[in-house]
Amino acid sequence: MSDSSTRLELVQLGCERDDRMLFSGLSLTARAGEIWQITGANGAGKTTLLRILVGLHGFFEGERRWWQPQWQQDLLYLGHQPGVREELNPLENLRYACALNHQAGDPMAALAAVGLRGFEDVPAAHLSAGQKRRVALARLWLQRKAVWVLDEPYTAIDQDGVAQLDAQMQQAAEAGSLVIYTSHHRVGDGVQRLHLENGRAEVVS
Amino acid sequence: MNTFRAALGRELLVLWRSPAEIINPLFFFVMVISLFPLAISPKPELLATVAPGVLWVAALLAVMLSLDGLFRRDQESGVLDMLLTAPVIPVVPVLAKLLAHWLLTGLPLVLISPLLGHMLQLPDGALGTVMLSLLLGTPALTIVGAIGAALTVGLNRGGILLAVLVLPLYIPVLIFGAGAVSAAAGGANVGGILAILGALLALTISLGPLAVSAGLKISSGN
Amino acid sequence: MLGSPRYFYTFSSRVLPWLTPIALLTLAAGLVWGLAFAPADYQQGNSYRIIFIHVPASSGALMGYMALGVSGLVAVVWRMKMAEVMLKSIAPFGAALAAISLVTGALWGKPTWGTYWQWDARMTSMLILLFMYVGVIALQAVIRDPRQAARAAGLLAMVGVINVVIVKYSVEWVQTLHQGSTLKMFGESTIDPAMKYPLLLSMLGLWLLYAVNVLLRARTEVLWRERRSKWVSKRVKEGEH
Repeated sequence: MSDSSTRLELVQLGCERDDRMLFSGLSLTARAGEIWQITGANGAGKTTLLRILVGLHGFFEGERRWWQPQWQQDLLYLGHQPGVREELNPLENLRYACALNHQAGDPMAALAAVGLRGFEDVPAAHLSAGQKRRVALARLWLQRKAVWVLDEPYTAIDQDGVAQLDAQMQQAAEAGSLVIYTSHHRVGDGVQRLHLENGRAEVVS
Repeated sequence: MNTFRAALGRELLVLWRSPAEIINPLFFFVMVISLFPLAISPKPELLATVAPGVLWVAALLAVMLSLDGLFRRDQESGVLDMLLTAPVIPVVPVLAKLLAHWLLTGLPLVLISPLLGHMLQLPDGALGTVMLSLLLGTPALTIVGAIGAALTVGLNRGGILLAVLVLPLYIPVLIFGAGAVSAAAGGANVGGILAILGALLALTISLGPLAVSAGLKISSGN
Repeated sequence: MLGSPRYFYTFSSRVLPWLTPIALLTLAAGLVWGLAFAPADYQQGNSYRIIFIHVPASSGALMGYMALGVSGLVAVVWRMKMAEVMLKSIAPFGAALAAISLVTGALWGKPTWGTYWQWDARMTSMLILLFMYVGVIALQAVIRDPRQAARAAGLLAMVGVINVVIVKYSVEWVQTLHQGSTLKMFGESTIDPAMKYPLLLSMLGLWLLYAVNVLLRARTEVLWRERRSKWVSKRVKEGEH
C-alpha cells in the first residue's frame, strides 16, 4: 500500500468475457475521500468491473487489493438490480439488508430521507422502479461504510432524487469514504473518471 | 445468530406471502399419488405393495420441483448478490433459507403423508414410519436439491436440468426411505433403517449448506 | 508444474508418442489373449469372455468419476486451471465406458441370467454412475463461461463421488443377486490365473487408453483456452504440435 489513505489498488487488471477482452492492463489507486465515476458504452464491462471489485466475479487477471483483509465488513455494494423482493415492504427489505450487512442505523429515518415516508409498509410489488431503487439507496443514509460501490445508482431516479444522491455521495467522500459508481451522470467537480472502451481502460480526470 | 434469526424471519415471510409456493408442492404430492390407483389398479393388496415406493417417489418429486425457484427470484432481484457480498459467511443466510423452505414446503408433505398412506391401503402400523421416514428424508432432499438449484440458478433452464443433476443424488435417500416403509408394512423392525436415514440427514446437514454456498458463488461468477 | 497449461502441453507432447502405442498394444494383447487364448469357463463356456471388456470398462468408468471428483476438489478449492481442463476432458470417455459396461453387462446377462437386464447391485450402480456422468456433462454444456462451467461441474462431481459410495452400499442393501466379487488385486483370488492375467492386462490397457484420451482432450482444451497467449500463437506459426 502506497499510503494510509489508499483504499483500493488495481494492478494490471484484465477481464475476458464471452470471448471478448472487456478491459486489460487496468491499474489505479483509489484513496479515501475520492469519488470514482466509471463510464463506457453498454457492454463495455462496467458492471463486470464492479463485480470483480466486490468479489462477485472471480475470473480476472492481475490483482485487486483492498486496504484491509476484512474489507467486506466496511463495504456497501448496491448492484445493478436493487435487491428488493416484491413480497416484502420497503422496511422489511431494508431491515434484511442491514441484518446481513451488519449495518446499524434507523431504517425508518433512512426511508424518510429517500422520500419513502408513508410507503414503509406498502408491498414493494406496488412500488415504481424508482421507488424500488430508493429502497436500496436508503442504505446510503444509514451507518456510513468506508467504501461504496454503486452500480448505476441513478437508474429510474427523478431529478430531485439525483440532486439529493449527488449531495449524499459528496458528503460521504468528504467524511472519508471512497465512492465508486457507474453512470453517465457526473456527481460534481473533482470526480475521477475511468472510461472503458474497446478493451481499454483509461483514467480521464 | 442474530443474522440467522433475521434471515430466517425474512425467508419465512417471503414464502408466507407467496402461498402458491407452499400449496403447489402439497397438491402435486396429493395429485401424483392419486394417479397410481387409477393407473395401476385400485386393488388393495397391489396398492399396499407399491405404496412405499409411490409415496416416496411422489414426495421426492414434490420437493425437487419446489426447489426450482429456491434462489431464482433472489437472483433476479439482486438479493443474491447482496447476500454474497455481505460480511457474513453465506452459509448463515443459506441455512436460514433452507430451513424456512423445508418448514413451509417439506413439513406439510410429512404431515399429510399418513392420510395418503392410508388411502394407498398401507397397514395402520406403517403410517408412523411413513411420517418418520419422510421427516428424516425430506430435509436431506431439500438440502441436496438446493445444491442443484444453486448451480443452475442463472441458467433459465427450468426443472429438467435440475432433475438431471439432482435425481441421481436422491437415490440413497429414496432407497432407505421407501425401504423403511416397506419394512414397516411387512411388520419388521425399522429402527436400523431409520438410523441410516438419520445418518444420511446428518451428512447432508453438515456438508450440504457449504456446497450450496459454494454453488451460489460459482454461479455468480467465481 | 503440471498446473501450468503451457508446461502440461509440452509435457504431454513428450508423453503421448510412447504412451499411445503402449496403451494400444497392452489393450490389444489383453483382448487377444482373453478372447482367443484363455481357457473357456467350465460353467459359462465362452460367453464369460465378455468380462475382458465388461470389467475393464466398469473399472474405468468408476475410476474416471473418482478422478472427476478429485479434479473438482482441486478446481473448486485451489482454483487450479488444469483441474478445470481435466473436468472437461475426463467426463466423455468415462460416460462412454459406463455405457459400454452397461451394454456388455446386458449381453453377458442374457446367457447367464436369461435376461438382458436385472436390477442387481452392480448394474444398478453403473446405471446411476452413467446418470451422474450425464449430469456433469449436461451442466458443462449449458454454462457459457468455460471456467465457470468447469467449476460448477467440479462441485457436482465432488458431491457425486460421495454419492457413488453411498449408492453402492444402498443398492447392495436392496438386493444382491450378482455373483460375489471374484477379482481381488490383493489377497486371495477365486479367478483362474489363466483368466486373471489377460483380464488385468486388458484393464491396464484400457486405463492407459483412457489416460491417452484425457491427455488429447486436455491438450485441445488448453490450446483453446490459451489461444491468446504468446506461446500458443508461436506454436501455431511454427507449425509445431
